[in-house]
Amino acid sequence: MVERKLEIKKMATAGSLESNDILIMISKGEGKIDIELESVVEKQFGEDIKKVIHDTLVEEGITDAKVIAKDKGALDFTIRARVRACVKRGVEN
Amino acid sequence: MNYRTLLFIPGNNPGMLQSSDILGADGIIIDLEDAVALTEKDAARILVREYLLTFKPEGNYFIRINPLDSPYFYDDLEAIKDLDITGLVLPKASVESMAALEDYLDKNDLDFEVIALIENAMGLETALDIVRASKRIVGLFLGAEDLTLDLGAKRTKESKEIEYARSKIIAAAKAAGIQALDTPFTDTDDLEGLKIDTRNAKDLGMTGKTVISPRHVDIINQVFTPTQKEIDYALRVVEGVKGAKEKGLGAFSLEGKMIDAPIIKRALNVLKTSGDYKEEYDELLE
Repeated sequence: MVERKLEIKKMATAGSLESNDILIMISKGEGKIDIELESVVEKQFGEDIKKVIHDTLVEEGITDAKVIAKDKGALDFTIRARVRACVKRGVEN
Repeated sequence: MNYRTLLFIPGNNPGMLQSSDILGADGIIIDLEDAVALTEKDAARILVREYLLTFKPEGNYFIRINPLDSPYFYDDLEAIKDLDITGLVLPKASVESMAALEDYLDKNDLDFEVIALIENAMGLETALDIVRASKRIVGLFLGAEDLTLDLGAKRTKESKEIEYARSKIIAAAKAAGIQALDTPFTDTDDLEGLKIDTRNAKDLGMTGKTVISPRHVDIINQVFTPTQKEIDYALRVVEGVKGAKEKGLGAFSLEGKMIDAPIIKRALNVLKTSGDYKEEYDELLE
């Protein structure tokens, strides 16, 4: 299986600041995945949320990106969905 | 399955999606159409996929896709074709859009149920043709807000302006042996008005109602649930029919009233709605 590799071409956002959602902003990185997180549950779940974001980016073929995430209590399925939507928007010309 | 309530859940709202299976509705309609902004169609499709693949919720999940005349119809279908859902709601249903949907479902070998949303004058007047254009259709659903807009009618709580539309949908649905699903009641706070509106729809022949507020679910379920008295009577009719058949009688009387085919049909409908229907009853009308 050929590993898919994609490149973020432009800044993109997905999600919202509504309760149970997360706002993801993605832009070109500096050679690695860099995640900046602000969350209502940062103390308890900050590292877990970052891992979900990181793993979803890798699944989508992204290894170089700067991510800013503002979380309002999103569950994993929402985090994954918003990251995927953001990548889709960021790789399009 | 007879759906007393089909509750709309906006497709791009994670909070509502994740609680959708505990709200008491007989079915859920995840909405990719009107409840999702044009700029968020892509994000909503992805969110709905993640939700359904992650939680695999039990129950009857429909997805309202965007209409054929939008740029999103086929994108929606592609995004959801591999999901384990009960079916699809086709908005702005027409003979043409139903044929396009059937064609897509045939080509992809999908056995989704289909509910046709009738919400313009042409759809209403060709409702039976729309039904005939689908092998998968299980219900006709009246969308009164858009319909009255198309008709140039004033939308009121009394709903006199949709009596014809309700009756037309009911007649087409009954002719085809599928469900007639009523338009949602849009005032989320007027629970007394909801009760009256739901009873009116049921008395005309609607078999269920679509819902836009979780607060409405219990009331509508109650209205569409037969009373114990109705269920008991229906069971007595069924027993009477069985007895008459054994004796080779065509017609018989029960509690002083002649029982004929329409009464038997009505009794069977009551039992279908209450969940007391048994497969063996299929032959009672033969």
